Amino acid sequence: MSQFYLTALQLSICLGPMALGIFITMKVFNIPDITTDGSYTLGAVVTAVLLANHWSAAAALPVCMLAGALAGICTGLIHTKLRIDALLAGILVMTGLYSVNLTILGRSNIPLINMRTLFNSISIFKTELYNELFVALVIISLLIFLLRYLLLTDFGIAMRATGNNPIMTKSMGINNDIIKITGLAIANALTALSGFLVAQYQNFTDINMGIGIVITGLGSVLIADALRIWMNITHIGVQLLLVLAGSLLFQLVLAFTLAIGIDPNFLKGVTAVFVLLIVALPRVSQQLKSSLSNNNKR
Amino acid sequence: MISLQNISKIFNPGKPTEIVALKEISLQINKGEFVVVVGANGSGKSTLLNIIEGSQVPSTGKVEINGKDVTPLPEYKRSRWVARVFQNPTNGTASDLTILDNFRLAALRAQQKNLSIGINESFRKKVQEKIAVLGMGLENKIGLPMGNLSGGQRQALTLLMSAMDHIDILLLDEPTAALDPRSALVVMNLAQKLHQDLGITTVLITHNLKDSQVYGNRLIQLREGMIAHDLNTENKSALSIQEIYKWFE
Repeated sequence: MSQFYLTALQLSICLGPMALGIFITMKVFNIPDITTDGSYTLGAVVTAVLLANHWSAAAALPVCMLAGALAGICTGLIHTKLRIDALLAGILVMTGLYSVNLTILGRSNIPLINMRTLFNSISIFKTELYNELFVALVIISLLIFLLRYLLLTDFGIAMRATGNNPIMTKSMGINNDIIKITGLAIANALTALSGFLVAQYQNFTDINMGIGIVITGLGSVLIADALRIWMNITHIGVQLLLVLAGSLLFQLVLAFTLAIGIDPNFLKGVTAVFVLLIVALPRVSQQLKSSLSNNNKR
Repeated sequence: MISLQNISKIFNPGKPTEIVALKEISLQINKGEFVVVVGANGSGKSTLLNIIEGSQVPSTGKVEINGKDVTPLPEYKRSRWVARVFQNPTNGTASDLTILDNFRLAALRAQQKNLSIGINESFRKKVQEKIAVLGMGLENKIGLPMGNLSGGQRQALTLLMSAMDHIDILLLDEPTAALDPRSALVVMNLAQKLHQDLGITTVLITHNLKDSQVYGNRLIQLREGMIAHDLNTENKSALSIQEIYKWFE
């Protein structure tokens, strides 16, 4: 049973970079980007093809992230230069990426069994799962450290300000277009990193593995946001950690759903309802509160 | 120094909704001048400011700043010379960022925003000293998000931020329109102080005719996209509010 939840923990860490990417687009830049479904699969696809061609995981990592960044740059260019709604730009790139992914992969899936992956390359602990967890934890810690640093730099302040007040940033000598494209590149590179991690964790890449993955990231960020407001947190580093906590909570709910014997076919449905609950609950409770106080006044 | 040569601005040209906001305006604003611009709604005041700032491109004509043709330069490239205080206090600062972060961006107005952490102890001190001038007690709250402050406080900070780095031109677009009288006075006095201490060329748009008489050393009235009056210091100081009122009849 504990294995069950450890697996959820592992998966939540692997999906963490994607959630952090969505945090950057949605919370830092205020752009709804759903290139995610495509760039996640792109990361996994590039990983599978490179590993199958006897590349090491370490060498495949930068290629993967670069591919994701390129996808983000496409969305960014369409959004900023052609003035097309970010949501539509993301859908267009995501749709196009399906064909790109299929072309790179050559078929609908590639198993990575018996290949040297990131997760079976070290053996500090006796249990395989602990080794995998260790690798994932090292990567995510490094990532959080780097992102926190980035957001505190002068460039990071410019990023945060652009999402918050684009009128002001223009008058501060900031090219909003360039900075948004950079942000989308970073976010989708992170999403591709999740594809890289999950493909190696589950030992296969499937062309459809990205369908609906954006909702997982979105849910994690929404949970994080609820926690942030509840705990009144402004520190950017803690906010990044909350996104990871959101990702974990999300996977735990899914693991629990499976554990109580709900048909796996309903998993996407459960996911959608769960995200709906996270979004709706604060509003419903607020409405209840205001109607209660209105009643009291009478 | 700002030089506008034969500037016209036409919105929706050729369509039934065509609006001529500016009609071949030529205007020379010298270094260190404090120009007050008045005019009825729709007379082209804001368009004039937007064209100097670069957020709008003129339909015809040429804009020069310090003798350099800046007509094709977008707003973010002119920010090294031009700072602007908006009518809406929330436009000039980023609400979710702290006071300190906002000042950091202002300090880098003309520079690259690098991948290094620029906020250190000495920068913090410098910002605190600048803010202390306001006497609002905000110097001890530089870690607060800008959104927690009042409109008057934010407008005053926006003005201070414009002086964090060297600028040549300060554009004030009805900076006190949304403020209570006391905050308005603080902001206007600060603007005057920046103009006097740093010799920044200042352009103020206002609907407050009293302000137009009290502040500045040149007064311009726009009417239907053209310059109706242009008074130098001497003629301006001889002018009474009643006479300015008559311009609007």
